[in-house]
Amino acid sequence: MKIRSRRSVNRQSLFYIFWSNLKRDRLALFGVILLLCFIFIGVFAESLAPHGPRERHYDAEGSIRRLEQPSWQYPFGTTDVGRDIFSQVILGTRTALTVGFLAAVLVTLVGSVVGIIAGYFGGWIDTVLMRIVDFFYAIPFIPFVIVLSAILQPSMWNIILAVSLLSWRTVARIVRSQVLSIAQRPYIKAARVAGAGHVRIMARYILPNVIPLVLLEMAFMVNWAIMAEASVAFLGFGDPRVTSWGQILHINFVSGYSRLAWWWTAPPGLAIVLLLLSIFFVARSLEAVVDPRLRKR
Amino acid sequence: MLAYIVKRLLIMIVMLLLVATMIFLMFRTMPGDPTASMVDPSIPREARQALLERYGLHESLWTQYRIFMRDLVQLDFGNSYFYNRTVLRVIGDRLPATLILMLTAMLFAYTFGILWGAWMAWNRGSRLESVGVTFSLIFRSAPTFWVGLMAIMLFSVTLGWFPAQGMRTTGYVGDSFAEVFLNRDFVRHLILPAFVAGLYFLATPLLIMRNSMLEVMSEDYIEMARAKGLRDRSVLYKHAARNALLPVVTAGALFIGAAIGGQVLIEVVFSWPGLGREIVQAVTRSDYPLAQGIFIIISALVMFMNLVADILYAFLDPRIAYR
Repeated sequence: MKIRSRRSVNRQSLFYIFWSNLKRDRLALFGVILLLCFIFIGVFAESLAPHGPRERHYDAEGSIRRLEQPSWQYPFGTTDVGRDIFSQVILGTRTALTVGFLAAVLVTLVGSVVGIIAGYFGGWIDTVLMRIVDFFYAIPFIPFVIVLSAILQPSMWNIILAVSLLSWRTVARIVRSQVLSIAQRPYIKAARVAGAGHVRIMARYILPNVIPLVLLEMAFMVNWAIMAEASVAFLGFGDPRVTSWGQILHINFVSGYSRLAWWWTAPPGLAIVLLLLSIFFVARSLEAVVDPRLRKR
Repeated sequence: MLAYIVKRLLIMIVMLLLVATMIFLMFRTMPGDPTASMVDPSIPREARQALLERYGLHESLWTQYRIFMRDLVQLDFGNSYFYNRTVLRVIGDRLPATLILMLTAMLFAYTFGILWGAWMAWNRGSRLESVGVTFSLIFRSAPTFWVGLMAIMLFSVTLGWFPAQGMRTTGYVGDSFAEVFLNRDFVRHLILPAFVAGLYFLATPLLIMRNSMLEVMSEDYIEMARAKGLRDRSVLYKHAARNALLPVVTAGALFIGAAIGGQVLIEVVFSWPGLGREIVQAVTRSDYPLAQGIFIIISALVMFMNLVADILYAFLDPRIAYR
């Protein structure tokens, strides 16, 4: 039984819970610090990168620095045509963050609204919305994004569009299934009997209950979008003008050096892993803030 | 129940036709002349025109669409420009390779994911739980194609344990199904891609099972089961895990679409001759009929698996009524 309503927990105390949670949960702290580092790198990418992504480097004798192992001058070594991998990875950070956050906000917003409406009203509204969701589910994600990226001019914005166009369905369906069970709970019926309108019930009584789920889904969606962008770029359908982690790996794979040059293959992948992990850890601690039941344990 | 299945199958057919319409329109608005990839642009105009007519590309969009749909309901996807064979045959060749790889990986991922996820929730707060969560999160966060590249570098190039690409040793041509798939050489080629795909699939059932178990464990009937003095293992697997399975099944169905995406990437990295690699190549070559055909078949696969998941749901949760 919840005695205190959520409204009585003000913002300040939620932030306090988050803060004290950070002090206890080392992984969350690690996530926050790492994510801030990535955001810093993303914002100042151009100043931080020592070289241009396509700049070729020559040694003292004037020959190209082909496939050089990591050194102080080139921390991640060089590519087969003498480009600095470190600078490319730094510049790829901005692309990943932009695609991830923009797509996630778009997807979560659309998905939650559709999910709550479908789950709350039920009946024909639910049927129609869920048929639309089903339709989008029937479309295989990566093949669709590949085809769309190939049809539209390959650009970062079109990848964001392609990712968002299909991903809202996941949020909608997950939110709906949660709302379906919430809508059956006694206090929703009580609210209705007390004369609360549809919008009020959805915003005040249902939304707070799905927020943990939505936040968690949003974190997944940031990760999902970053991963999708990397995948599309890896397959060679990405924006050729924008340096991204997927693009680095695409060139690496196509050139055939993915079997030999570990300093070329490893860094962009590790960057993806670390970024996605940091976002997940932050999400996990947010989840503990929003869902009091998780806090107890 | 039977009526429900029939109804769902009918809906599925309508959906497939809608997906087919969408994909038809998408490919027809694609930039670049489809004839450029299969007809040498330098050949005389008359010859080019003849070829256009042979493939029906000179007709209006509406006529092309009508012919496309009429053929589709007869399961005729047309001819691949590139292979000069019927699309259905190319798909037939590629489908078994894709299914075997995918099902092997999923079986691995779901068995381990469910058992391990339940166990992890039960032992929440223990050191092994955080190790398990971290491990699965790392593999969830790692792009599957990158894991594949690293695995090839480590296990094929450096250690030489497994072949790096293909599903048979180069130069081998098998005629029958048994010759291609039922032997040690094939299994040796299957292990590495299946393992990499399995690692990618693993995190979803594992984490959802864990979260769902945590929800279930705060329910009254678990307290009741414990109060009755049942053994931990019995409470864990008979009372908690069975009820926690539900979201895993839903998420599993939802995950299939994503799984096929991962499959595409793994097939490309390992040069696995399946549908995923074929569709990437078909799009690159503007081979419309083949790309369309594969897209529709993959969609059908996803829909069918969703239906199976929904039916499974009914067996797992008797509270859900089917109309």
